[in-house]
Amino acid sequence: MELKTKVNTEEGKQEIFITREFDLPVDLLFKAYIEPQIVEQWMGTKVLKLESKKHGSFQFETTDPKGNKHCFNGVIHEFTPNEKIIRTFEMEGASFGVQLEVLEFLKLTSNQSKLQKQVIYQSVAYRDENLKLPFRQGINWAHNRLEEIVKSLK
Amino acid sequence: MKLRRDVFQAIADPTRRAILLLVASQSMTAGAIANNFDTARPTVSKHLQILTACELLAQEQQGREIIYHFNPNKMKEVADFIEPFRKMWDDRFNKLEEIMKKHQPNQ
Repeated sequence: MELKTKVNTEEGKQEIFITREFDLPVDLLFKAYIEPQIVEQWMGTKVLKLESKKHGSFQFETTDPKGNKHCFNGVIHEFTPNEKIIRTFEMEGASFGVQLEVLEFLKLTSNQSKLQKQVIYQSVAYRDENLKLPFRQGINWAHNRLEEIVKSLK
Repeated sequence: MKLRRDVFQAIADPTRRAILLLVASQSMTAGAIANNFDTARPTVSKHLQILTACELLAQEQQGREIIYHFNPNKMKEVADFIEPFRKMWDDRFNKLEEIMKKHQPNQ
């Protein structure tokens, strides 16, 4: 089964596009982004603050399996219900800079919707570092000889 | 594509990573692989099955024995670092969809 989520990255560009279609009416998809309790469930994070409005701000706190806390924050620049959110996103204490996120919520049918997320990073290097993060965390095979083998293939 | 997801599950397990490491250095029989682990032999067989199913290892019949080879090309595919990122978001969005489907009747 193919993953429903598409991630488009162009070589040398400092942005990525994440696209996904949902079997949900667009208002429910939007709601999943603005209700703190719902965001907590699917993002797997604690929501300390989420002001879903223009010039509102948000703060998330995630605890990793090792018990370390990671804080994220951002400010909402544009807020159009069921259509669009433009916000900044920053991982505190990480060297990835600040991201600008443009989220577009599109109605496909009465029961289907599509999310288009454009994430713009401060530099190509920041983008690539950010993309590699789940790879590093999830697999945790750094310093493993396998990694060296893979590198030698490139 | 299902297979591709399984590859990540396959290498998420420490014993399976150790097996890959071992076979990557030298092709060997199931028995020889099992001798390197304290784990029960059927458990090692199970790991070999999973690694073979997702093509990280290839089997070759040599007389009465099966030799396991490491498949570097499959490993290279796993090294595409975008995939775990995509999978992370796909998992999150699947969860979102599931939660909101249940949420619907409360509307």
